[in-house]
Amino acid sequence: MSVVSVEKNFDGMSLTLVAEFDAPIERVWQLWADPRQLESWWGPPTHPATVEKHDLAAGGEVTYVMTGPGGERSRGWWRVTSVDPPRSLDFTDGYANPDGTPDADTPTTAVQMRLTEHDGGTRMELRFVYDSREHMEQAERWGTFDGLSLSVGQMDALLAPVSDPDHRR
Amino acid sequence: MVVGEFTDREADRLFHALADATRRDILHRCVRAEPSVSRLADVYPMSFAAVQKHVAVLEQAGLVTKQRRGREQLVHTDPDAVGRARQFLDDLEQAWRGRVGRMADLLAQ
Repeated sequence: MSVVSVEKNFDGMSLTLVAEFDAPIERVWQLWADPRQLESWWGPPTHPATVEKHDLAAGGEVTYVMTGPGGERSRGWWRVTSVDPPRSLDFTDGYANPDGTPDADTPTTAVQMRLTEHDGGTRMELRFVYDSREHMEQAERWGTFDGLSLSVGQMDALLAPVSDPDHRR
Repeated sequence: MVVGEFTDREADRLFHALADATRRDILHRCVRAEPSVSRLADVYPMSFAAVQKHVAVLEQAGLVTKQRRGREQLVHTDPDAVGRARQFLDDLEQAWRGRVGRMADLLAQ
């Protein structure tokens, strides 16, 4: 299995996934940088993706269509925030309307992708943060409290029945 | 990307509620105990109204329930709603495990 670790956190609803590949960094970068390669892994086999626009430059856009088994189509977009080939790519991933324009009513996810050389292969770190549009505004209005962070594991432990030894951590 | 059985609205409310450190702290405190809103207000360096507002956001997202007892409103965390938020992260993880698997297949070709 290529995935070596996954960490999930309720803080900002974030997920960090680390994977290792037995391939040089330039080759792994091409999976993102070449639209024909990107579309062959982006959608699951039941919902293949077609990448339409593909501009991997700061401020650039990537757009794609995924087609389901019944012919239903869903569109999505990325807005590239920063890019440093072949090591890093940051973008926002969101839904699009049928005409391809970003759907302003649906949530977006900020994605950070990092590639580093590792043991003769490549290590890919992906971090996803749910990007609440209201978040910044609310934080300013109500003031922030520097409370504890809340990982999925901590909450699991708290919610688990105390008598269940498998869940005590 | 389409994630699980979530409606976007529901996901939006849940994550917005969880995006704030005070609200996460309230959620954490109200799992085992059922403090009143006024007791919660004593804990944070902010007004009663501000704490009440945080509890209302959590309540709208379904993350806590409020129960009236006498003159007090007791706050309790709903484990099912926490489970739904967790489901989003699990679905995101599964979607990306699939993607990483397909990447590895492509690299092996």
